[in-house]
Amino acid sequence: MPEVDLARSTRRELNAALHALLPETNETHWLVRNPGGQHALAAGINAPVTVEIDGHAGYYCAGMNQQANVIINGNAGVGVAENMMSGMVHVKGDASQAAGATAHGGLLVIDGNASARCGISMKGVDIVVKGSIGPMSAFMAQAGNLVVLGDAGEALGDSLYETRIFVRGQVKSLGADCTQKEMRPEHLEILAALLAQAGVEDSVTPEQFKRYGSARQLYNFHVDNASAY
Amino acid sequence: MDNSETPRTLPRYSATFDPHTLAEIRRAAATGIYDIRGGGTKRALPHFDDLLFLGASVSRYPLEGYREKCATDVWLGTRFAKKPLHLKIPITIAGMSFGALSGQAKEALGRGASIAGTSTTTGDGGMTPEERGQSQHLVYQYLPSRYGMNPDDLRKADAIEVVIGQGAKPGGGGMLLGQKISDRVAQMRTLPMGIDQRSACRHPDWTGPDDLEIKIEELREITDWEKPIYVKVGATRPYYDVALAVKSGADVVVLDGMQGGTAATQDVFIEHVGIPILAAIRPAVQALQDMGLHRKVQLIVSGGIRNGADVAKALALGADAVAIGTAALVALGDNDPRYQAEYEALGSSAGAYDDWHEGRDPAGITTQDPLLAARLDPVMAGRRLANYLAVMTLEAQTIARACGKSHLHNLEPEDLVALTIEAAAMARVPLAGTDWIPGAKF
Ligand SMILES: Cc1cc2nc3c(=O)[nH]c(=O)nc-3n(C[C@H](O)[C@H](O)[C@H](O)COP(=O)(O)O)c2cc1C
Repeated sequence: MPEVDLARSTRRELNAALHALLPETNETHWLVRNPGGQHALAAGINAPVTVEIDGHAGYYCAGMNQQANVIINGNAGVGVAENMMSGMVHVKGDASQAAGATAHGGLLVIDGNASARCGISMKGVDIVVKGSIGPMSAFMAQAGNLVVLGDAGEALGDSLYETRIFVRGQVKSLGADCTQKEMRPEHLEILAALLAQAGVEDSVTPEQFKRYGSARQLYNFHVDNASAY
Repeated sequence: MDNSETPRTLPRYSATFDPHTLAEIRRAAATGIYDIRGGGTKRALPHFDDLLFLGASVSRYPLEGYREKCATDVWLGTRFAKKPLHLKIPITIAGMSFGALSGQAKEALGRGASIAGTSTTTGDGGMTPEERGQSQHLVYQYLPSRYGMNPDDLRKADAIEVVIGQGAKPGGGGMLLGQKISDRVAQMRTLPMGIDQRSACRHPDWTGPDDLEIKIEELREITDWEKPIYVKVGATRPYYDVALAVKSGADVVVLDGMQGGTAATQDVFIEHVGIPILAAIRPAVQALQDMGLHRKVQLIVSGGIRNGADVAKALALGADAVAIGTAALVALGDNDPRYQAEYEALGSSAGAYDDWHEGRDPAGITTQDPLLAARLDPVMAGRRLANYLAVMTLEAQTIARACGKSHLHNLEPEDLVALTIEAAAMARVPLAGTDWIPGAKF
């Protein structure tokens, strides 16, 4: 297993090595020691490999990830897995703001809490947060699923497009055009699959969640909605 | 009594409540919604026309037109990027989105720019294969919306432009109204068809210059430090914004004045927010000079650039290159008088048509309607753009030679004077015939 000690190597060396990986590489499990909260660790990978970061990561860890499975054995800074396309990012600790921002695909699992703007402008990613999420989460979220086992902060799903939001705990308040919606069988199915992927299917059941989505009232400009724009 | 001989007061229109203002009040009262339109500011502003060049004579000698060389090339992104861009001319094509423009128009821009040896730029809505295929040098915009943003396209780009603002609407997000959200546009942006789409005005995962620095680092890491990274700002506080962009690690700063075009923005925004490009260039250059980075971090300016004289003036004030939007669209065929009858049917006129957001452009440029879009032949339109770029370059060279310069970049503020006190103060060059630069501290 390749090991990179960031106390001795640079981030540039690490990322360059990860970018050079070919799809058929045998070096499929990497261990990164002493990450020291550096930014953009394991960003821009495009290969089916596992990268385990043993400690805390700074901003944009696993940014724009494609195919890779990135595990952070610690906390993650702002914008973890931002604009991820595919693969999986697993934060064992807490995540800062804008986790999974604008991500188009893949799965982001956060074992702890996520701060403000979790899933902002998400475009197809699935996000499972085992703790709670901060205010303004899923702002302008376009597609994908956001699953929260704990509580959600203020203005959840403000100006939401088509992302589905599932919250098990309390929602402090809903943002403009976000509304609670009926949980239908297909939603329970989606939820069950995501809970299983996040490894919590034994302790958590889909029926414990409420579903939130777009009321679609702000999709076209109308003078009577002026106060919401 | 016979009053026929008595002089009468003529009907007098108010300068404050002029016919346009009155019509706007009535329109607002009838519809309850502000006016949205395309294009740039329509009112007169201090501009490059208010500057003149001092040709060479006794104290300086000119170069022979046609015989003595006047080079035009420019390097962009030499600060940190492993692969800076080398363009043949300092006139680039500004970012205009697929969505705002048809696929054919984007392709035509790529074709024209490639013939001329310059770059073109994507926009709010991602990169299309047509424009990548036809653009020798393609700049990929990184916008707050991140529509269609993906790392494969990022790696295919020749440079990355982090868009913070635009001259037409500094502090505003994009807009694309439902009529233009076709199937393909909706899919590229991951949006439902037919909605009135509002792009965010702030980036989702960073705020402020300290975060921007980390964001730029991430983009460099993802692309292995190969690509030049531009930062685009609307002209408002150019000294500070340029200084902060440079501090954040930009290779190139793009500065767009308030005349700059837009695909769709509130008229009130276009006409009342931001400053003219004439007023923005010198403070921007000053910031670069104060940091010891003038010509090392390149400055691209835009907003109402129309001809080679504008290019020469922008460069003389210290820019490394310019970008054009509106003028490039006109070269393709936008607002062409041959469609006058159709413009009239839309309640407008050739030359005044600005309802680009409605997607009914008779010239087939600012539309997603397949029938209208098919009116524009990308090959011929690209040729027209290339011709126009060639003329602008020749014009700029003509002026530079007259000033005795063997490269367009050798033009300098000392070659310029101003026709008005306003322009003299903004461009920091003397009023013609005087040595007076209003506001200068000696
Ligand atoms: C139709 C159209 C679409 C535009 N779309 C974008 C865009 O997506 N992103 C952006 O940064 N600027 C956009 N702009 C602004 C241009 O990049 C540029 O700043 C401006 O057009 C320059 O001024 P000019 O039109 O006077 O040449 C657009 C402009 C026009 C005319």
